[in-house]
Amino acid sequence: MKVEQISIFIENKSGRLAEITRILGDAGINIRALSLADTSDFGILRLIVDDVETAKTVLKERGFTVSKTEVVAVEVPDRPGGLSSLLQTLDAGQINVEYMYAFVERCGGNAVIIFRFDETDKAIDSLKGSGFTILEGERLYSL
Amino acid sequence: MFFNDEFETMPRPALEALQLKRLQSVLERVYANVPFYRTSLDRAGIRPSEVTCLDDLQKLPFTTKQDMRDSYPYGLFAAPMDEIVRIHASSGTTGKPTVVGYTHKDIEIWSELMARSFVSAGAHKGDIIHNAYGYGLFTGGLGAHYGAERLGASVIPISGGNTKRQIMIMQDFGSTVLTCTPSYSLFMAEEARAEGVDFRNLKLRVGIFGAEPWSEAMRGEIEEKLNLAAIDIYGLSEIMGPGVAIECIEAKQGLHIWEDHFIPEIINPETGQRVAEGERGELVITTITKQGIPLIRYRTRDITSITYEPCVCGRSHARITRMSGRSDDMLIIRGVNVFPSQIEAILVGIEGVEPHYLLVVDRAENLDTLEVQVEVDERLFSDEVKVLQKLAKRIEKEIKDMLGVTCSAKLVEPKTIQRSEGKARRVIDNRKL
Ligand SMILES: [Zn+2]
Repeated sequence: MKVEQISIFIENKSGRLAEITRILGDAGINIRALSLADTSDFGILRLIVDDVETAKTVLKERGFTVSKTEVVAVEVPDRPGGLSSLLQTLDAGQINVEYMYAFVERCGGNAVIIFRFDETDKAIDSLKGSGFTILEGERLYSL
Repeated sequence: MFFNDEFETMPRPALEALQLKRLQSVLERVYANVPFYRTSLDRAGIRPSEVTCLDDLQKLPFTTKQDMRDSYPYGLFAAPMDEIVRIHASSGTTGKPTVVGYTHKDIEIWSELMARSFVSAGAHKGDIIHNAYGYGLFTGGLGAHYGAERLGASVIPISGGNTKRQIMIMQDFGSTVLTCTPSYSLFMAEEARAEGVDFRNLKLRVGIFGAEPWSEAMRGEIEEKLNLAAIDIYGLSEIMGPGVAIECIEAKQGLHIWEDHFIPEIINPETGQRVAEGERGELVITTITKQGIPLIRYRTRDITSITYEPCVCGRSHARITRMSGRSDDMLIIRGVNVFPSQIEAILVGIEGVEPHYLLVVDRAENLDTLEVQVEVDERLFSDEVKVLQKLAKRIEKEIKDMLGVTCSAKLVEPKTIQRSEGKARRVIDNRKL
């Protein structure tokens, strides 16, 4: 039910993003979704890739600080208010969203959003109970 | 355990009598052989024969690093060049290096004091000493090397650099004692971790670290990461090299300075007056047995304090506390005295923060600014921005609370702060004063 995401610490200096994407590209790794959270001093790059272990290894070899986090990929119904109903469900379950970002590809016409929750298992139960579709890693990478 | 029981445990009255005799003799020698000292003693209006008790030392003028530079290269040598068997020099970051020469007897004494230091640290004959101090003009490598041989241990003259090979050799050769700078030991630990080598599987028992100031907190980190007892050693090339003072493994509370060869004093660096026992100030050393280049009241610029309290180990020699910085490394930030080692201690105290840091001091609109750069490794990293921001805030707050200085903490990528395999550069001062 959970998807592995890798996060990378980067300083805000030019060329770091390009370098990371080049390292992953050279290793034949496909980036499926990406989000960058940044402050004035540093940034955290979060990636969904098709080969987590290799991505982690090649980046660490190049001196980056990398960590792995479990996130949840949820299908959002392709209709007005689709995301809103999802967030309401989380709100009702008192589940905090640490951050979220959109997946590049759609799934059968529906959008896919990546969520990082404070309580991942509880979030999955709650969303499934309300009829939302959670995507498995395998399914996600093959979109 | 002692290397030289008689001298290391000599009762203080006898030790002080020996010091006075040796002081009088060295004063006669420099007055006769070194024009610089003849002039400076004449100017101070004191003859060597007028020094009749140890307290008279205070009447003598200081010798400074600048005096050594002015006498470059051999001006302060008290022995003829054909008796000098070794020449070392300290790196000159500004201009010329300072040059020191040793007679055969000087090398013998240095070897003995270094052997005493090894024993004080808990090493013995039969140990395999992995000597990663640099060999060359720097005194660290050869100083430790001769001491190790004098002790009768097996010394591996690996010198600095090529850390991967160092780790392989420590593993394969079964090194039991490590000698290097404290920052290099942590660099090794990092490399070993990357190589998948666990220090718990090595035979290292004791590490003897010196040549740069370090903190008690850093000792804790080194002992944990390298799985050994970390001992602080002190020395400087002007006085001799490594082995001027060392902790004893029994107490690890202050470094015994070998008083039968050196007379230590602690002075207020501003006034030049001696401070009370236990008070911090600049260490001043008079070498009383050296032949090549004896120095009278040499201002080391190292900040410490001294105690003459008896030690559990049985050595009668005074102890100086861990160096807390150089009088000229001291940063004055908005009027507050700050030593880099104090900030280091705070960083190590914050869980997980390795002491890979850099202090950048600048001045903006007539106000000093301090930026503390800290490398983010995997244990510190989080995928959440707020966690990292909280870490930076905590560093800022602890430095403010403990030192009274406002700073901004900047998190940087691993290995972006320059590491040398010798001394680490910890401060960049961009102020144009
Ligand atoms: Zn002791």
